[in-house]
Amino acid sequence: MTNEDLKIKLSELLPAVTFEEGGQWLNVNIESTDWLPFAKQLRNSPALNFDYLFCLTCVDWKTHLTMVYHLESTTYRHTIVVKSKLDRNKPEIETVSLIWRTADFHEREVYELFGVKFLNHPDLRLLILPDGWEGKNPLRKDFEDPVNMIKL
Amino acid sequence: MTSSPDVEGDLVINIGPQHPATHGVLHLVITLNGETIKKVDPHLGYIHRSIEKMCESLSFRQFIYVTSKMDYLSSHINNHGCALCVEKGLQIEVPARAQVIRVLMDELTRLASHQLWWGAMAMDVGALTPFFLAFREREMINDIMEETCGTRLTMNYMVPGGVMADVHPNFQRRVNEFIKHFKNKIDEYDELVTGNVIFQNRTKDVGYISKEDAISYGMTGPSARASGVQCDIRKLYPYGLYDKLQFDEIIETEGDSFARYMVRMKEMRQSLSIVEQLIDNIPEGDFQAKTKAVLKLPKGEFYSRVETARGEFGVYIVSEGGTTPYRIKFRSPGFSNLSALDHMARGSKIGDLVAMMGTLDLVIPDIDR
Repeated sequence: MTNEDLKIKLSELLPAVTFEEGGQWLNVNIESTDWLPFAKQLRNSPALNFDYLFCLTCVDWKTHLTMVYHLESTTYRHTIVVKSKLDRNKPEIETVSLIWRTADFHEREVYELFGVKFLNHPDLRLLILPDGWEGKNPLRKDFEDPVNMIKL
Repeated sequence: MTSSPDVEGDLVINIGPQHPATHGVLHLVITLNGETIKKVDPHLGYIHRSIEKMCESLSFRQFIYVTSKMDYLSSHINNHGCALCVEKGLQIEVPARAQVIRVLMDELTRLASHQLWWGAMAMDVGALTPFFLAFREREMINDIMEETCGTRLTMNYMVPGGVMADVHPNFQRRVNEFIKHFKNKIDEYDELVTGNVIFQNRTKDVGYISKEDAISYGMTGPSARASGVQCDIRKLYPYGLYDKLQFDEIIETEGDSFARYMVRMKEMRQSLSIVEQLIDNIPEGDFQAKTKAVLKLPKGEFYSRVETARGEFGVYIVSEGGTTPYRIKFRSPGFSNLSALDHMARGSKIGDLVAMMGTLDLVIPDIDR
């Protein structure tokens, strides 16, 4: 599907979406509360069939956090980037680990490095950081570590 | 770190962080019922260096050097991916000579990586000789790398705009020698291990994963192609010279450990053919495009995808228009491939776990970053 077709189709699924073009792929901005039903439709709609989540990450913009999901369809080879703003003080979003299994590990990584809480995640524990690191989120912009060198 | 079992009679054992079969500091907490695996829970981070955070304070030239230390067996290809991403942002044209050198280096790296994997994999299932044979051939590639790049493992050879220095005068001769040598040896590899009945019994019908599950777990590279997933970035989204080269994407459909083994064995022959196509056709010219001393990526987001020896490596750069990236995310193939291990291993015998891990070709610094 071309970007124009995708825009029409995605607007049908969720009228509240906004689009951003000019980058490599079509950017789709959504509200965090819409994510889970929207994700299910992206995965299950036969015309879209976004079955491959190849990148899941988060960006700290100091005023808010943005979740970034890179999705591709292995049948049609179209790609979109879904973005959702989160409140920096209480970042919460529904998990999609039951839709794309790869999200399980990626969400755990974002959970510990950014402090985003993934609601209904089956196993939201620290993955990379040692025990006792909850609450300190190394990839946030205001994180300072006086002991371990993190800046070069 | 050790958790007690949920069910009475189950046994929880630790494999790693120091274990000869994990080939690095990977820690698996395994719940067993008798000899049957009920759950595999990887504990990561023993070699986590927070490379993504480090990159936020490095310039667009400097950060590439850190990425060699992630997947140290595919360091050229990691560097290539990062260089591509910066070039995409600055719209730098890479000279033809540099393009050819890059692809040559990528494929030699892939060969070296697969050779090491082959030796280590055979060793995991009990055959020690292949390890020494693999190192014999790998050493030739390392020597070639050393001559041109100055190092044997973390090359840091690709820079935005091309490669750091021209190839060594001996490069062509030595690569041709290697091709001649390895062509016979790869048949020897097959003779020694592939056709071996014991080896086949250890790997066939072990660690099965279906095509749908492989995609859902985000598996890429040879591990996913063994389940019938078409995922070779060199074919799907060609970068460098790959759209002008003759090679096949190897796909198997069995989805077991033996299929994953076969994909890599066949891939070695493809890589060898790519090197053969290019080595006598390196065009004259610059090895590096002229670029500004200080690189500033325009405000925006850039993503590049390359095929490492383990699968799809993605570089996601968010730039605010400054000299350093605002945020970098490395999508490493090993991280996603490892996440499928639990699904693969459940219900299997503990003795088969090593055969599964071996064919996933895990490189721990690539997983932890």
